[in-house]
Amino acid sequence: MSLKPAVTETDHRQGNGSASLTIVEYGDYQCPHCGKAHPVIKEILDTFGDQVLFVFRNFPLQESHPYATIAARATEAAALQDKYWEMHDAIFEFQSQLNEEFLFSLAERLELDLDQFREDITSAEVKEKVENDFESGVRSGVNGTPSFFVNDNKFDGDATDLFNVLKESGN
Amino acid sequence: MLKAGEQAPEFELFATPDQKIKLSELRGKKVILAFYPADWSPVCSDQLALYNETLKMFDKHNATILGISVDSKWCHLAFEQDRNLHFSLLSDFEPKGAVSKLYGVYNEEEGESKRALFVIDEEGQIAWSYVSPTAINPGADGILDALEELNVNK
Repeated sequence: MSLKPAVTETDHRQGNGSASLTIVEYGDYQCPHCGKAHPVIKEILDTFGDQVLFVFRNFPLQESHPYATIAARATEAAALQDKYWEMHDAIFEFQSQLNEEFLFSLAERLELDLDQFREDITSAEVKEKVENDFESGVRSGVNGTPSFFVNDNKFDGDATDLFNVLKESGN
Repeated sequence: MLKAGEQAPEFELFATPDQKIKLSELRGKKVILAFYPADWSPVCSDQLALYNETLKMFDKHNATILGISVDSKWCHLAFEQDRNLHFSLLSDFEPKGAVSKLYGVYNEEEGESKRALFVIDEEGQIAWSYVSPTAINPGADGILDALEELNVNK
């Protein structure tokens, strides 16, 4: 199964844009497995530095996780104020405290323009970005979270498996 | 298992404790049948949770999804409520697995349905079928590809 569509400019990207290795994660901010994957992804980025490009796409399972969608929208709203990764990291780091109020307190801590943030979090544009991510995941064969794609191909395993494969192929 | 091009066999199963659904009642709509081994088991729950989120995408294709397993109607009801499911789960309970057998997707050894998907067109003909290894959640991409193809071929 392959990634549809491929990584584009509208994706949130971290690392080296011309790296030979691209990792795409489809994740849900309230999913405990995604919370566990987060520090492992950080470690992968620290270890492989310039050799990796990391992309995160939203895959909120709203019926299972009532704060998943609003959290995804919060990251997209933060992105409009150039604080995407800061919001992304903060939500995963404090995942157990996740609720709507907490997202606003994070926005405040990140010194976002709160009125703007409040407006963006419910805007059609932000809503559509999250929905498009979700649909692209479904079409790419995402069947749960987190799901990883390595250079456009679905990776069969969790973040730790991915780290191990990368370490082995790096040596 | 039954393949594309064959007529989908008629069946009537409980969808709630007091209501049955007949496949032929859904003529005029596309129907997705998702046979699965058991309520509550981890892989099935993920699979059904995913379909719960993709209902809107199925709806765009005028398609209804029905889950089918050998669990009883009361078990389905508890499971639906626990997981917040917004589509019907049918009980292939009595005689046990009869519909699963009719579609060729019954696992005799375990006494459960296999993890199998069917997409049926508006006239009741099977357009696509797929059986997944029991431990693997097949996702929704195959279903959506099949639904899209049906629209193209019209």
